[in-house]
Amino acid sequence: MEAANLMVPTTRQVKRVIRESHDTLTLCVEPNDGATKPFFAPGQFNMLYAFGIGEVPISISGDPDKPIWHHTIRDVGTVTHALTQLKAGDMVGVRGPFGSSWPVKESRGSDIVIMAGGIGLAPLRSAIYALLRERDRFGEISVLYGARTEKDLLFAREFETWRGKFGVQVRVTIDSAGPDWKGNVGVVTTLLPRVRFDPEHTVAMICGPEVMMRFSVMELKNCGIEERKIYVTMERNMKCAIGFCGHCQFGPTFICKDGPVFPFTRVSPFFGIREI
Amino acid sequence: MKTLEPLLAEHPFFKNLEKSYLELIVGCASNVRFDPGQFIFREGEEANQFYIVRQGKVAIEICPPGGEPIILQTVSDGEIFGWSWMVPPYHWQFDAQAVELTRAITLDGKCLRGKCQEDHNLGYELLNRLLPIIGKSLEATRIQLLDVYGTQSKR
Repeated sequence: MEAANLMVPTTRQVKRVIRESHDTLTLCVEPNDGATKPFFAPGQFNMLYAFGIGEVPISISGDPDKPIWHHTIRDVGTVTHALTQLKAGDMVGVRGPFGSSWPVKESRGSDIVIMAGGIGLAPLRSAIYALLRERDRFGEISVLYGARTEKDLLFAREFETWRGKFGVQVRVTIDSAGPDWKGNVGVVTTLLPRVRFDPEHTVAMICGPEVMMRFSVMELKNCGIEERKIYVTMERNMKCAIGFCGHCQFGPTFICKDGPVFPFTRVSPFFGIREI
Repeated sequence: MKTLEPLLAEHPFFKNLEKSYLELIVGCASNVRFDPGQFIFREGEEANQFYIVRQGKVAIEICPPGGEPIILQTVSDGEIFGWSWMVPPYHWQFDAQAVELTRAITLDGKCLRGKCQEDHNLGYELLNRLLPIIGKSLEATRIQLLDVYGTQSKR
């Protein structure tokens, strides 16, 4: 497709809206006509356009093999607020999918550790679906998920399925809890010693706020996982989504075109530099 | 009678500890069990023990005046909690409550304090092992204070 076409949103109808938490929901939108399986690669994102308001990059959080795009959106700004007001039947502008993906096929034969913080579970959920679709090809799969409070947890209804049906080690923790919470409290890295994996044969995928990713990488390395087997997804202010405008430049890379999923080795020299 | 020595020897906290020290510590150790909801210690009480969770979950809580208790951290299988026994004035800074049926090993901190006073090498060994736990706990609290999943975070 020509670059000019990539810049023009197509108008799509919202098929379904799923309320995920008090400030987060999932918009289900049909992919472009004629799209074939897989409909996107896990980790990729679409640019969603709220007409007359603006456009934002939103990760695709659904199953790559299902002919529907799930976009999990947290109401944090003007555009995301407009998107979270949409109802089934409303129209939304869509460009995409764009960007790199989680190394699902490349990780066959390995143990997998997935570390997600907050809404970071959304782009990783598509990878989880892809892993579970060929569950037998992987060793231990662990999903370690940290959120702010109990009411901020996303996709909680799926955790039991992942545990029971697929033998995934799902561990959840929150930062702050009242007396009724019977689960874990603490940062997501505290969950790492509570799951089984073979560090020499493990691939780790992390998505969350950069501070959380930084500490997660440190702990994964302390456990013996090689840096080259750790993948992170980065976020910066994206505009064009095809590497033309430069808004999302991160060191020598553009997050939209070269990322958002990176092997940690590729971004580590720039990770934690405040000015970037 | 089976002693707790093999269990303690395997625990990372006591890894590579001199055998004579380990034997001394085993003499200060005993098994304990807490029912769900049972308080293990309360803020302000004398801190004379520390605990290694064998199985279960414990919530470390703080209760603001007139408010509901807030859980700051949970500890579970294999983890250690309680270090106020080593830090003057030897009073607990938080409450600890069993979230579920919890089996643990308790170590007599008052006794160990005395032994550390007599043998500074033992004191150094134990402090060397406790400080990373205190450091991790401080680091975790700092990350929690950053509120990284709050509305400042876009993804």
